[in-house]
Amino acid sequence: MAEKRTFQLHVPEPECRPGDTPDFSSFDVPKAGTTKRPPVDADAEDMHDLAFDIIRVTDDDGTAKGEWADTLDDEAALKGLKDMMTVRAFDARMLMAQRQGKTSFYMQALGEEAIACAFQAALRKGDMNFPTYRQQGLLISTDYPLLEMMNQIYSNSADPLHGRQLPIMYSSKEYGFFSISGNLGTQFVQAVGWAMASAIAGDDKIAAGWIGDGATAESDFHSAMVFASTFRAPVILNIVNNQWAISTFQGIARGRAATFAARGLGFGIPSLRVDGNDYLAVHAVAKWAVERANLGLGATLIEYVSYRAGPHSTSDDPSGYRPKQEEASWPLGDPIERLKTHLIARGVWDDKRHDQAQAEIESEIIRIQKEAEANGTLHDGPHPSPKDMFEDVYAEVPSHLIRQRKEAGI
Amino acid sequence: MPRMTMIEAIRDAQDVCMAQDEKVIVFGQDVGYFGGVFRCTKGLQEKYGRHRCFDTPINESGIVGTAIGMGAYGLRPCVEIQFADYMYPAYDQLVSEAARLRHRSNTDFTAPLTVRMPTGGGIYGGQTHSQSPEALFAHVAGLKTVIPSNPYDAKGMLIAAIEDDDPVIYLEPKRLYNGPFDGRHDRAVTPWSKHELADVPDGHYRVDMGKAAIRREGADVTVLAYGTMVHVALTAAEETGIDAEIIDIRSLVPVDLDTITESVRKTGRCIVVHEATRTCGYGAELVALVARHCFYSLEAPPTRVTGYDTPYPHAQEWDYFPGPQRVGAAMKKVMEPA
Repeated sequence: MAEKRTFQLHVPEPECRPGDTPDFSSFDVPKAGTTKRPPVDADAEDMHDLAFDIIRVTDDDGTAKGEWADTLDDEAALKGLKDMMTVRAFDARMLMAQRQGKTSFYMQALGEEAIACAFQAALRKGDMNFPTYRQQGLLISTDYPLLEMMNQIYSNSADPLHGRQLPIMYSSKEYGFFSISGNLGTQFVQAVGWAMASAIAGDDKIAAGWIGDGATAESDFHSAMVFASTFRAPVILNIVNNQWAISTFQGIARGRAATFAARGLGFGIPSLRVDGNDYLAVHAVAKWAVERANLGLGATLIEYVSYRAGPHSTSDDPSGYRPKQEEASWPLGDPIERLKTHLIARGVWDDKRHDQAQAEIESEIIRIQKEAEANGTLHDGPHPSPKDMFEDVYAEVPSHLIRQRKEAGI
Repeated sequence: MPRMTMIEAIRDAQDVCMAQDEKVIVFGQDVGYFGGVFRCTKGLQEKYGRHRCFDTPINESGIVGTAIGMGAYGLRPCVEIQFADYMYPAYDQLVSEAARLRHRSNTDFTAPLTVRMPTGGGIYGGQTHSQSPEALFAHVAGLKTVIPSNPYDAKGMLIAAIEDDDPVIYLEPKRLYNGPFDGRHDRAVTPWSKHELADVPDGHYRVDMGKAAIRREGADVTVLAYGTMVHVALTAAEETGIDAEIIDIRSLVPVDLDTITESVRKTGRCIVVHEATRTCGYGAELVALVARHCFYSLEAPPTRVTGYDTPYPHAQEWDYFPGPQRVGAAMKKVMEPA
């Protein structure tokens, strides 16, 4: 008789918890410049290795190396640096504004600035991003007015969304930034639909979907992959793997079981894995995927390997679930520092200019913040009209909403 | 004027919209080459090409999610969920996204899509081919929900839905696809060719949303119904001899409150009939509206004849389905002196 078997449920745990010494020793970091760059029309089958590698361009000493280097000139790289610095300074200022009670909520992209900023630099005007709540870099790097972002964060009288949306859920068709939803994963498949529409209309615009590591577990991630693959949609499917979904480490979504990028292989989608803290690498990979989409060759999946250096949101305290200073041990470093080192090594930047730029960015943000606060903050000053609640639910206000508005005495 | 079945009318509406506007795109499971499991998209792919009418993976969230993306781009997708019973995987996209996109983006983006879903029972469809989930849509701010009961309305309402700038849930009572079923399952079903509401004009016309239709004028009791239940109520009135005024609601959201209240104020009595389960069904909203707006005209409590609060059974089809006997009994009861 065989011995009776019982099972034990496997529940993955991160390697470190609060009190432990942060340890990324099991995380294998390839050398910069060692990964091959296939032609954009390569078959997905012939590039499976790229889904398990990490494409890196910028070396520790700031040198750009390998086949993925040289997609940006110095001027564009300098703009990238300033974009990232602006995102970080904006985040810091808005975090403070939330602590001061001027808004109810904020989410930083600390440590992930390179991903959105460098990706956006590879797109053309008219392309459409379907972002999550942590891609503010897409707006900032296209020079969307910071004032409008703050007005939205403050839900004030100048809020472009009329106070209807939670802070940071921006929307701007003009800037190729689709309306953010609180529901995770939904926009990933909508991006595919937008790209299908571009193909149906015989247009040359591409779409970019965005999702985090945790949200890849949502069913719409799968929906997006199968539709993107079936219809060869001109879409770039971006997974930002920042290791954490609130308090849940990426292992719960099975991130290192086979990498998130590897999810694309089963659908025949070319899939790349890139150093998300390497501005030059992110740009190079984005440019590759954009070229591929522009040639009508279909979707590309990109996993950006990064680290969520800040709390999940202003309502979160990471010290409850991960070691303090874990971000300092993150082997891919800080995206701003790395691009700065690169530009200094190129001889086009120095510490003095960096400090000066930092001061200028900060003072400009403070100036804009004052302007925004003149339009009101969440609890003070002018507000959107209550009447506005009833508008735009439908194209025309239906009779039952007119009745309810009257009932409310508005 | 040609006589059409509901199926032909629905197909014709899509044909008309696709011919006049190249932004209209039709897709869903089996709707392309094969023309739909109910034939509602027959011939459209052949006529308009695979890029205008196509088959999709079996993924309701993907069908609705991509349609939202297409709507945001500027197309007008008309998509099909094979059975309303299978819409649940798409519910997040419908409720959280399609319904709210216009409002949350301050009209920056809109979702001008139509989602067609065969609905209702009376066909031995069992649990997952018979449900009537209209209340789950009517409850959602930002969605419009409509349900036709005859070929003329089916075409005009579908054209209106496709041309509407808001997301519209278009429920098709599959029991009515081939003929006006009145719940008398013991009799042969008459085909639409014998029915005057199957006279369907060629070309473009609209039956605008938000308007109910009085199918039978009467003085004794107002019956509020939609879909298959309109025909059931007509037969119940005939069989009981009660002079019922039968209103085909047609548009659940927005609802035609004026036609409802005018009728109930006249008759003083009201019965709501729907196939869907009772608790928190759309009938509850109709009863609440009648109670609020017609309270002082009522001579009897408003009452409901509905599906029972159980999953839709198979063997007990005709015990579950609110047929003319149950509706007739409610008519007699509501006419009894208090």
